[in-house]
Amino acid sequence: MNIFLDNKNTTTLKVFRGTDSNINDFNFFEVPFNDGASILDALNWIRENIDESLAFRYSCINANACKECMVLVNGKTKYSCTTRLSKETTTIEPLSNKRLIRDLVSDIVPPKEKL
Amino acid sequence: MKFLKTDVLIIGAGGAGMYASIAAAQSGKNILLADKSLISRGGATVMAQMTVAAAVGHEEPDHWTHHLDDTIKSGQGLCNEELSSILCEEAVDRILEMSDWKTDWARKDNRMSQVMAPGHSVKRCCYVDFLNTGPAISRTLRGEVAKHSNIKRASGLNIIEIIVDNNIVKGAIGLDIETGSYITIDTNAVVLAAGGLTRIFSRNSASLNMGGDAYALALRAGAELIDMEFVQFFPIGHLAPRLVGMDPIMWDPFRYKLGGILLNGNREQFIENYGGADGKSYTVSRDLASYAIIKEVEAGRGSPNGGAWLSFEHVPKVELESAFGPIIKKLAENNIDLTKNAVEVSPIAHYHMGGIKVNTKMQTRIHGLFAAGEAVGGANGANRLSGNAIPEAFVFGKRAGQYASEYTCTKTILTTSDGVSALSKVLTKHKIDNILIKDNNDIRMTSIMKKLQDIMWNDVGVIRTRKSLTNALDLINNLNVNYFSKILPPDITVYNKQLMDWLDLRNSLLCAEAVCLSAYNRKESRGAHQMEDIPITLTEFEKNQVIEMNDGCLLTKWENVNKIEFKLKKKLQALK
Ligand SMILES: Cc1cc2nc3c(=O)[nH]c(=O)nc-3n(C[C@H](O)[C@H](O)[C@H](O)COP(=O)(O)OP(=O)(O)OC[C@H]3O[C@@H](n4cnc5c(N)ncnc54)[C@H](O)[C@@H]3O)c2cc1C
Ligand code: FES
Repeated sequence: MNIFLDNKNTTTLKVFRGTDSNINDFNFFEVPFNDGASILDALNWIRENIDESLAFRYSCINANACKECMVLVNGKTKYSCTTRLSKETTTIEPLSNKRLIRDLVSDIVPPKEKL
Repeated sequence: MKFLKTDVLIIGAGGAGMYASIAAAQSGKNILLADKSLISRGGATVMAQMTVAAAVGHEEPDHWTHHLDDTIKSGQGLCNEELSSILCEEAVDRILEMSDWKTDWARKDNRMSQVMAPGHSVKRCCYVDFLNTGPAISRTLRGEVAKHSNIKRASGLNIIEIIVDNNIVKGAIGLDIETGSYITIDTNAVVLAAGGLTRIFSRNSASLNMGGDAYALALRAGAELIDMEFVQFFPIGHLAPRLVGMDPIMWDPFRYKLGGILLNGNREQFIENYGGADGKSYTVSRDLASYAIIKEVEAGRGSPNGGAWLSFEHVPKVELESAFGPIIKKLAENNIDLTKNAVEVSPIAHYHMGGIKVNTKMQTRIHGLFAAGEAVGGANGANRLSGNAIPEAFVFGKRAGQYASEYTCTKTILTTSDGVSALSKVLTKHKIDNILIKDNNDIRMTSIMKKLQDIMWNDVGVIRTRKSLTNALDLINNLNVNYFSKILPPDITVYNKQLMDWLDLRNSLLCAEAVCLSAYNRKESRGAHQMEDIPITLTEFEKNQVIEMNDGCLLTKWENVNKIEFKLKKKLQALK
């Protein structure tokens, strides 16, 4: 389904960018607002329509089974795939208690699963 | 370029890959279990919410030979019956073994609860409540894997090529996604357990990592694939409203339990017009339901998002609440109140029957190359019974791990420079005829994938025609020549999403071509392969189609189906 088919309304995401957590670099993206769409839907929309280099982690998209998509949404730890898009500007950041890798990707790999 | 050495490399850590690693670890050899996502989370296994078929006979008398009969019947003449019997016989052992490993199968009085599912002749399907089968088995296997110190787990290791010399596996190359460095892996034995390809269709139940890597890696390594035209479409996948946190195939059991009704865009029942009977029974086959929905949409009678309505509005609230249990709350969070509104559903690509051609040891024709799980073709023929895929992952995983660890060969040493030269082949073909077009929205990796998914859905989906298939082959060729070959991922290193997309596309485009070409050659309708312009099943096509890659070109041929010989059949009969 094209969840953004009917996109008269938009909302804004303020998204952390970069590989250095000490540098506060945010991009603002205007994304279509659709009832029911998730933050993950919006992040994918950004990659498809504005900036393909944006990095974030996810696998299962719908099932809320992989648990890979955690980010900070307005400062709170959330699954991006089950958190709904809001009409207000929303800040999305990588997890603060994990090492930053790039953009919204942080190091959630268990130590014993590393090369 | 980093360098690693292992005795057995297992590509993919879903049900099949994890089972393979546990079995291989018994040999005491060193095992490397690699997943491009995180171990146990990236593929279909963790997403499965329904049931697992195995003739344990706890609910009612059953025998694996009955399960075999049902499987062969569903496969419509194309099952590799040797593989199907292994699947059905060993499913019982694996399910009980998982029980020993503390998988919390639903039980009544110490016996496993088993339910009916379409195509099964008895109550045979085990599950973990509530809709929790996939997460539960993934947890069990992850725990078992961790008990073996000789299994090295590697999350975020994307295997991009298998290195083969003279039909013998020498190693592989991988991308360490987090650092962006490439890795040469020296190994004799490789198990391809990287799952299916349903992501290449725009309507699918797939995760991000199900774009067909296993098949593409196998083709390029010189192995054969079979029956690539057989993609299973699940008839009533969730379409709208946006439903998050739920597997899109979740409606099926409720529809059967409660008699959910399918309505077209005009709110009329339509299944009857196609010769089926709707309502509280298993009488509508999945194929018929898919066909009917697509035809209604084509005729302009689809639901607003291009599917059909599934309505439970006539079912009393108490009945709904008791049947759905805690799921009702999850639906409410999605603003879905089944007493007041219908939901939109559509067929979605769900499972791949075709796959890598193996013998009973899960060996391909390339020495040292094994396969397991959904990546394997043949056991399910032209259509898979529901609940057969997870046992397939367990049973074939266990076998592949065992035989891969037993396999030895004397081979020359692989060096980093072999890795470098294999890698340069992956990347250079591109660099040569490359006219990079920058900042063109049409030539984004994501837009090429979208185009590919649309082609596959529109022309190679539930209903195919000779014309739609030639059209698709042209369009895929065009995507390759005019789009894919004109982009290269940027050179950034750490967690490079565009590079990952590019590597995915490279595999998905090859798989798409294999599916299309195989579908075009099968000039009949059978099982999941439905040709609108040739609506009949022909005896001359009761054959498996084998596909291989030669000098970059795909070649196909027909082979006789591996039916169990008569004597063995008699023996099985006697067992019943
Ligand atoms: C939503 C859904 C529900 C389902 N429900 C059921 C059900 O109820 N019952 C049933 O029997 N079947 C069900 N199936 C089918 C079944 O889940 C799968 O067929 C089965 O789990 C496949 O297991 P697998 O180990 O072969 O592959 P997967 O579990 O898909 O694992 C493959 C792994 O390989 C990794 N990988 C891919 N490419 C690479 C690469 N290049 N390098 C490294 N790693 C790689 C992936 O990240 C993934 O983790 C369902 C499928 C889906 C999608
Ligand atoms: S994408 Fe899998 S849990 Fe969010």
